[in-house]
Amino acid sequence: MSFFNFPLAPPRASNIAQTYDPVFYALVGLSIFFTIIVCVGAIFFAIRYKAGTKADRSRPMYENLPLELTWTIIPLILGLVMFYFGTALFVKIKTPPKNAEEIYVIGKQWMWHIQHGNGVRENNTLHVPVGKPIKLTMISQDVLHAFYIPAFRVQMGVVPGRYTELWFTATEVGEYHLFCNMYCGTQHSEMGGKVVAMDPKDYAEWLSNGGQSVAPMSMEQAGAKVYARVHCDNCHGAEDTLHAPSLYGIYGKRRVFADGTSLIADDEYIRDSIVRPYDHITAGYGQTMPVYQGQLTEEDLLNLVAYIKVIGTALPNPPTSNVNRHSAPTAVSHTNEASALSTNAIQADTDDPDASPTRRVGAPAVGAVAAEGRNR
Amino acid sequence: MSSTVIPSGELQPHVDETNYLNVSHTISSWLLTGDHKRIALLYLVSTSFFFFLGSVAAGLIRYELTSPAGVVLESDTYNKVFSSHGILMVFTFLVVAIPAIFGNFLVPLMIGARDLAFPRLNLASWYMYMTGGTLILAGMVFGGVDTGWTFYTPYSSMYSNGQVTMVIIGIFIAGFSTITTGINFVVTIHKMRAPGMTWFRLPLFIWAMYATSLMMILATPVVAITLLLVVYERTFKLPIFSPELGGDPVLFQHLFWFYSHPAVYIMILPAFAVISELIANFSRKRIFGYHFVAFSSLAIAGLGFLVWGHHMFVSSQSMYESIVFSLISFLVAVPSAIKIFNWMATMYKGNIRLQSPMIYAIAFLMIFTVGGLTGLFLGAAGTDIHLTATYFVVAHFHYVMVGGTMLAFLGALHYWWPKMTGRMFADGIARVNAVIVFIGFNLTFFPQFIVGWLGMPRRYHYYYFAPEFQAYHIMSTLGASVLGLGFILPAFYLTKSLFTGEKASANPWGAHGLEWETSSPPPTSNFLETPIVMDEVYDFDPVSDHAEDLRRIAEEQQRKLNDSNRPSEDHN
Amino acid sequence: MAAITPADHGHGHDSALHHQFEDIGQQNDSYIVGMWVFLSTEVMFFGALFFIYTLYRWNYQLDFYIAHEHLDVKLGAINTTVLLFSSFTMVMAVQSAQLKKRMFVIGYLAVTLVCAFIFLTIKYFEYSSKLADHLYPGAGFATDGHAAFGEHAMEAGKLAVNMNHAQLFYSLYFGMTGLHAVHIIAGILVILALIRLWFNKAKSVTLDYVPTEMVGLYWHFVDLVWIFLFPLFYLMPKPH
Repeated sequence: MSFFNFPLAPPRASNIAQTYDPVFYALVGLSIFFTIIVCVGAIFFAIRYKAGTKADRSRPMYENLPLELTWTIIPLILGLVMFYFGTALFVKIKTPPKNAEEIYVIGKQWMWHIQHGNGVRENNTLHVPVGKPIKLTMISQDVLHAFYIPAFRVQMGVVPGRYTELWFTATEVGEYHLFCNMYCGTQHSEMGGKVVAMDPKDYAEWLSNGGQSVAPMSMEQAGAKVYARVHCDNCHGAEDTLHAPSLYGIYGKRRVFADGTSLIADDEYIRDSIVRPYDHITAGYGQTMPVYQGQLTEEDLLNLVAYIKVIGTALPNPPTSNVNRHSAPTAVSHTNEASALSTNAIQADTDDPDASPTRRVGAPAVGAVAAEGRNR
Repeated sequence: MSSTVIPSGELQPHVDETNYLNVSHTISSWLLTGDHKRIALLYLVSTSFFFFLGSVAAGLIRYELTSPAGVVLESDTYNKVFSSHGILMVFTFLVVAIPAIFGNFLVPLMIGARDLAFPRLNLASWYMYMTGGTLILAGMVFGGVDTGWTFYTPYSSMYSNGQVTMVIIGIFIAGFSTITTGINFVVTIHKMRAPGMTWFRLPLFIWAMYATSLMMILATPVVAITLLLVVYERTFKLPIFSPELGGDPVLFQHLFWFYSHPAVYIMILPAFAVISELIANFSRKRIFGYHFVAFSSLAIAGLGFLVWGHHMFVSSQSMYESIVFSLISFLVAVPSAIKIFNWMATMYKGNIRLQSPMIYAIAFLMIFTVGGLTGLFLGAAGTDIHLTATYFVVAHFHYVMVGGTMLAFLGALHYWWPKMTGRMFADGIARVNAVIVFIGFNLTFFPQFIVGWLGMPRRYHYYYFAPEFQAYHIMSTLGASVLGLGFILPAFYLTKSLFTGEKASANPWGAHGLEWETSSPPPTSNFLETPIVMDEVYDFDPVSDHAEDLRRIAEEQQRKLNDSNRPSEDHN
Repeated sequence: MAAITPADHGHGHDSALHHQFEDIGQQNDSYIVGMWVFLSTEVMFFGALFFIYTLYRWNYQLDFYIAHEHLDVKLGAINTTVLLFSSFTMVMAVQSAQLKKRMFVIGYLAVTLVCAFIFLTIKYFEYSSKLADHLYPGAGFATDGHAAFGEHAMEAGKLAVNMNHAQLFYSLYFGMTGLHAVHIIAGILVILALIRLWFNKAKSVTLDYVPTEMVGLYWHFVDLVWIFLFPLFYLMPKPH
């Protein structure tokens, strides 16, 4: 709900939120009603009974027990009614169902460490399935914190020395704010992140992939997918060197350009020739390659470079090209990387079409949000 | 108009004669005074100073929050700034201001006494306040505290690196100022009422001050010892609240809020006291339902001791504890509602003068209603779960503290200014100022309800996870600039009135009450002779008062007519 | 509608009446009510500590029991007797003030002072023995429960007391008896001042007994706090 792009309500994304909002809005209605009575009443009386105005001031009222009791008892009853609904909501919030899946949370200055039942760990991000009750069991490692998910309307203190609980059933797929809501020191306001509510199938897959949406793939695999996606192979074929120089086996070799200069084909050269192909036109070719500046992310480029580095290195005969080969030896500018890469097995099969976060094999899964948040 | 007091023929001293202000001019006559009225002025100056510092901190907070990634402060500094704002405003201004300034000045006058029961204790009270306040400031200057005004453990006792000990000792000493003031008021009200001043002839101001004093006396010692334990823990690395050694951090919260919830009623009951006086006197009508209003103050004081757990619904206290605290919280809302309705009923068929104190009183009615109603959202445990520790709470308590207590403070300052200083100020600009305050206040704090409901936590320096909150913060800061203007202007026009204001008569507002039966400013001993009270309180008759008004208006018109018919004469 | 105009309200030079009061009766009443109200604040002050103590003892009954055994019941009982006696001498001092028997007042007050000093001396010895066995709260708290508490702390060869909870006990012991001792010291200073006033025949005390009674009230309160502290700390029954 929003008013000219100003949000007026948080997302309603859990079962608790669905019960919460009617109670909240009932209180809003009640408040508006009584505020209007008092504001209109006070201003009306101030004008009507202003000194000097003709108004009936006879038989002024100083005591009136029935009236007093009325406006004592009616607010009392209204209050008790709101108490009843508020308490019912509260009892629901404090009573997790027995079949709730347990996830564990440790709060510490200044981050959240979350652990799923099967051992998957994440920091500052909480992945949950939609439609299934989740119970968080939480404890602090140092000072008081609080785990707060506004979109779910749930919050609970996280206390050192004892476990506290919070439960909900997410109802809408999406990403929602997660905040620490108990002052805990310098970086209290940076101790947040997100809650990712996923389709149960996706969640199950995420969980079994160790906290990734798909089985992680190597950079070379990812690069191969980018290569296919952008159709590099339309021009840069293994054998076909008519339209464009072959990329197979080029890494570390010297490239000669139309203007007579030359460069070793290292990582930077490869990247440059993707984003600014006309800086260096290979001898024998013209300006036909599209410019990919701005169309590929740096991550894509890194993956592409990684892929290009390895294509052709296993081939017994790198394809010939009509590039003039200088006699310069294959001086490799990044010797270490080349040898490291060549020891990686190339995994060519990429069956999953989804884009996915990739990482170097062996690197830990770190939520992007965590990195964002703490560079201050 | 009322009655009593002085035998006929006995004139009140003319203002040129000796009064409590001009009776002596030496510094020691001020710093060693026992006169409750001089002590009230000492408090006025010192509380205004602390309020100013607290407002500067507020300005910094609002400025910093205009951008999700902050503007000029580091997080550590920001955390110290919001903590200072809370500590200064709560402990050196809100708890102190209305009781120590207006309570001190008016309690003896309103009951017909010459002074409070223990004048030297009253002076000691001011010195304790100044000592405590100075220590608090010293702590802020020499490193500051970043724990928030609530000092939750174990952060405050085991982790924070600020001047926690120094500031807590300052608060501890200032707390004794509150306790001694409370003792003084209770004894005075019980024992020193003038002949004929029965309990039910007391102005409602006195009832509310009495209820406030009971809370001051019983609640303050608890927070004093609790904060002392935090210092004890911090200094000697003791386990009282630390979980590693078997202590309970939530125990601190129970002890802290056992005081701090009554503390908020200590802050608002004096405001209610003022509003009763303003509405009765500016409506020229006895407060409707006097007995209900008087007892509602006592009910708030009593019930106020039983609701502290509503600050702790997510602290890990048990569900059953929470439900009980929630129920009693709804009960304690009822006496406040009664007051609002009774005040409105007082205005009905009254003879209302819309001078500046009344504008503040009407603004109070409107703003406090919103503040009180939003308390219901927080008292209902279920809805509190989402709203607690967000800007919704911040908005709620600023509505009742600033929109409530501060507006009443300004109303009281304007209303009793001529009595305290003997000078009248320019009411025109004062009325405009009241409207500026009202508008600025709502612009500042209403957006905070929304941004809190959206999920913006309090005590947050950065909110770059949620940049959608920025628009509301900017609105709030713009409002704060207007509000700031409304707070600064009185400093100018009130000070100006000291030099150029018209000399005030004994009763410039035509009000009722013993304080208006003596000169403005009063003599040191308040009354020349001990008054004897024969009339009921707020003894107005709106019908004859209205007739009086009509007559005065007719005279005014006649005079204007006469003046315009004599164009050749000089107009003086 | 006549106003009351008594001659000078008795505010002459010889009067103990302060200017804000109408008559000595009102003044005395006010002082007594004021002192009772002050004592109620002290009840809240100590009360919070008693609450904390109750909570922790309820939760850690055995640990508190074992920890408390290091306290010397005999010394505690002597202290209790001494303070009770001092309250008696204080009552006698107030009565002597009412009877305007100056030397008796001074005498009884002096005996009260002596009792207070005896109390503090015994406290000094108690505290020293705790310090010697590292039973003071803080980083230096004893870690060897057997050494600190002896055989009582052992059960079937293993330590039966949680040393962290024992430290909590001693935190509370030093905190509460320490605060009480501070109040005793404040009382000593006030009694000294009172003795001096009586010795100098100051009108503020000789003309009216109430100032002396107020000091008496305070002293009785301090005694009463000890009457609660003693059984709570020293006379713990063994929990089941």
